[in-house]
Amino acid sequence: SKLFYRYRDLAPQLVPLDYTNHPDVKLPYELIGSMPELKDNPFRQRIAEVFSEDGEGNMTLDDFLDMFSVLSEMAPRDLKAYYAFKIYDFNNDDFICKSDLEKTLNKLTRNELTEDEVRMVCEKVIDEADLDNDGRLSLEDFQHMIVRAPDFLSFSLTETPTVML
Amino acid sequence: MSTAGEQDAGLSLQEEHESKTHRTKRRDGDRQKKKRRNERRKGGTRAGEGEEDLQAVSEKRERSKRKRAKSKQETSRRENNEEEEAQLTGGKGTKARKDIRNEKTRRMEKEEVREVEENVDKGKKKQGSTKKGEKKEDGGKQLVKGKAREVKKKKHKKAETSSEPETSEEDDDEEEDNDKDVVRLECLSPEELEKLKEAVDERKKLIQSLRGKPWAMKKKLVTLRESQEFVEKYEGALGKGKGRKLYAYKVLMTKKWMKFQRDFENFKTGCSIVTVASYFLFLRWMYGINMILFGLTFGLVMVPEALMGRPYGSMPRKTVPRAEEASAMDFAVLWDFGGYAQYSVLFYGYYNNQRTVGWLKFRMPLSYFLVGVGTVAYSYMVVIRTMARNANESGVGDDNSFNFSWKMFTSWDYLIGNAETADNKFASITTSFKEAILEEQESHKDDNIHLTRFLRVLANFLVLCCLAGSGYLIYFVVRRSQKFALDGLENHTWWERNEVNMVMSLLGMFCPMLFDVISTLENYHPRVALQWQLGRIFALFLGNLYTFIIALMDEINLKRKEEKIVKFNITTWEASLYNGTVSENSTASPVTIHPADVPRGPCWETMVGQEFVRLIISDTMTTYITLLIGDFLRAVLVRFLNYCWCWDLEAGFPSYSEFDVSGNVLGLIFNQGMIWMGSFYAPCLPALNVIRLHVSMYLQCWAVMCCNVPQERVFKASGSNNFYMAMLLVILFLSTLPAIYTIVSIPPSFDCGPFSGKNRMFDVIHETLESDFPPWFSKVFSYASNPGLVLPFILLMVLAIYYLQSTSKSYREANVELKKKLQMQNEENKRKNKRAALKAQMDLEEARMTAQEQQRNNNASVQDQESGSLNSNINKEY
Repeated sequence: SKLFYRYRDLAPQLVPLDYTNHPDVKLPYELIGSMPELKDNPFRQRIAEVFSEDGEGNMTLDDFLDMFSVLSEMAPRDLKAYYAFKIYDFNNDDFICKSDLEKTLNKLTRNELTEDEVRMVCEKVIDEADLDNDGRLSLEDFQHMIVRAPDFLSFSLTETPTVML
Repeated sequence: MSTAGEQDAGLSLQEEHESKTHRTKRRDGDRQKKKRRNERRKGGTRAGEGEEDLQAVSEKRERSKRKRAKSKQETSRRENNEEEEAQLTGGKGTKARKDIRNEKTRRMEKEEVREVEENVDKGKKKQGSTKKGEKKEDGGKQLVKGKAREVKKKKHKKAETSSEPETSEEDDDEEEDNDKDVVRLECLSPEELEKLKEAVDERKKLIQSLRGKPWAMKKKLVTLRESQEFVEKYEGALGKGKGRKLYAYKVLMTKKWMKFQRDFENFKTGCSIVTVASYFLFLRWMYGINMILFGLTFGLVMVPEALMGRPYGSMPRKTVPRAEEASAMDFAVLWDFGGYAQYSVLFYGYYNNQRTVGWLKFRMPLSYFLVGVGTVAYSYMVVIRTMARNANESGVGDDNSFNFSWKMFTSWDYLIGNAETADNKFASITTSFKEAILEEQESHKDDNIHLTRFLRVLANFLVLCCLAGSGYLIYFVVRRSQKFALDGLENHTWWERNEVNMVMSLLGMFCPMLFDVISTLENYHPRVALQWQLGRIFALFLGNLYTFIIALMDEINLKRKEEKIVKFNITTWEASLYNGTVSENSTASPVTIHPADVPRGPCWETMVGQEFVRLIISDTMTTYITLLIGDFLRAVLVRFLNYCWCWDLEAGFPSYSEFDVSGNVLGLIFNQGMIWMGSFYAPCLPALNVIRLHVSMYLQCWAVMCCNVPQERVFKASGSNNFYMAMLLVILFLSTLPAIYTIVSIPPSFDCGPFSGKNRMFDVIHETLESDFPPWFSKVFSYASNPGLVLPFILLMVLAIYYLQSTSKSYREANVELKKKLQMQNEENKRKNKRAALKAQMDLEEARMTAQEQQRNNNASVQDQESGSLNSNINKEY
């Protein structure tokens, strides 16, 4: 219910209080991306796209709840890994390939690395994590790698779990 | 209506702490019920607007609350009251208030409230925007009023919800259904029951694992609703007799427990920035230890003496001497812990050597001694246990095979919700990437070895010079201060009186910076450099501390010489007094001298305690002041002068200060060492330290939040945890050494402290054994403490330690071996996979090639044929 208010506060004019009668209201990406939790996140657009049903960042309440439940500290690692994979998979081809890695890296460092450095880091990443040697990371590769990461729990938007689901 | 909505949100936040457990339990149910009920009641509630509608709703609510017969009257009365008030204040505002209150009192019936709110919303829209300001004001007033009422209600509500947690959660209809089910269930056969149980368990599992499934929220909700209904229906019914209630209670308790645990976990990992958080975690851990030490000294030493011992002024050691009485209450004196502070429970000298105190026959000296020993023993235990645990944790991990991948995918902290922090994070990520790249490249090249070697030797030489210089400075200052003390402190300035502490604090502040500059010469890998730096600071602090202690020892010896003279004087004084009285009045009436006039010895124990307390205080002050000036003032200057300066202050030279985790941790460790050393002679030290840690927790937290930037070079703190712990252990050992030495080898003062009159402090144990235990016990004890028994025992212990150590060593080796094997296996697998993939690729290529060739052949043959046929045709034609 707290989350509902959060959702509603984003656009009081769009979302009626009695939500049940209008279950198909959608908030556009511009509003979702301006939330304090997301507005400084380099991957905000990807997050919104991944969790929205239409894939363009426009969210219904269910999508919204979905996002917060996955990105809460309580969510299990496997689930987080799954969605993290989706977020980093920019071109939605179910593989993280080199172009995805480059995009991720450039977003993380705000394009401050030289091209050589970017290329080298991407090569290193693929070299480390790619187990089946197809030159790109599949979901299994990604999970295999990410589950061993020491601070993967930082992949959460809220400190306290707001959604109990 | 958005204002009302916000109020609601705010209030619900307030309430949350109280009713979170219920809420969390209900939240899911709430959502599903909402929909169900709405469907049921759509017609009814949405028909009307305004007052009628409200009443209808409240009626329904009351109907649904048959179970709470007791509270019903009250609530209805309250509602009546409210309606009256509503007429007074009038209009829409009251409705809003009702909404708020309804929400508060019956969270489960939210959907009704929401409908009402909606109605209000509509009404407001009609009213237009001109009255909005008014409404807001109204809302504010009502909020205040409402709160007062709310408090009253809370109790009532609590009782309600906790007594009937289960029933309040469900609709009446469902309740009845369930009751029927129970009846029906009782005539089921055991096998069916068994089956049912299994089904319920299955559903439960589904609910639990639901969160882990990557389904869309809708699907989740639907499944959850179904299975929850199922479980709720049959779960309670399966229990025998009172099982239902018991089950509800159990669920409630487990949920509460979960919540508590979760809160605790959150509390544990309060800070989101890893390295800085590790410092605060350490500080909190330290705080916990100090709390326990404080509890021990306060509960077993200070309070009994203050309550049951002789009151202040009853004997010389508990009275301010006549000469100091005039200035005993001055702030300057008290700040130095002289005057009344010196003659209070805060210091060793105040305690009496009465064997038992008060009606409880509390053994004061014994308790004092045991608490002193117990603090040290407890600290050892805690530190060693923590070290062992850390070693366990760090032994497993430390896998570096996914370095770059982890940097890539997990370095962004999704909790960041602040533009400035985000900027810093971007910068630190970039540098960490650059560093990793550099490291990767560096592993392939090497430098001019001779130059670096020379520079390193030079650096170490410089550092040694610094250390020696600082040691000499402290020794010099302490000696000088003794001279001042002999002259009498009053004739000197503030600086001369506090020279020792100030010099020590200043050295502790500036030498690390110097070391930092020197260490740039050495060109080590940053991680190695950090450890060198830490080691040097450690040596500096340790040297300073020990110079201080040696100087103190000198002072103790001086005091003891003084004491001897005083003792001699006192005997003559007493004799003269006695003679005087005898000669003056022959009746020999008991002479009463005011305790303040009695001459007394210099109590060296109190002196030591005072020195330590002063040291701690000045150390704390310097820490805080450097924090305020070095961090806060600098940040303010940088921020505001930046607008009118010729270069960029934020990015350029002064910039913001970094939070120096390692230095702060070291400071903490040394502070703790001083506490351990001094707490035997000044029981107030743990209390002081608790206050200090508490304040510095918040102060530093604030400083970190508002005026520090995160360190540019960030290292994983996981490996260094035990490094710090080892330092703590060394400090603990080194700080208990002098304390134990003084306890064992120096006789206590003759006229102050709990052990006065004894030859050594530990004689108190002997005394207790003799007078408080039956004779056979002391006999047994004397046998047991016989060297013939003790020596073999010690030998046995040493052997056991040796055995355990060697086994653990072999285990560790096996562990390393296994790890290596695993890694090999991994790499082998990887290579195999790669080879297989390559082979598959080759095969594929080959197949494609052959296919192409075949095709080409086919084509060729076809062409041949065609051409052949063509040719033949042509031939035929020709």
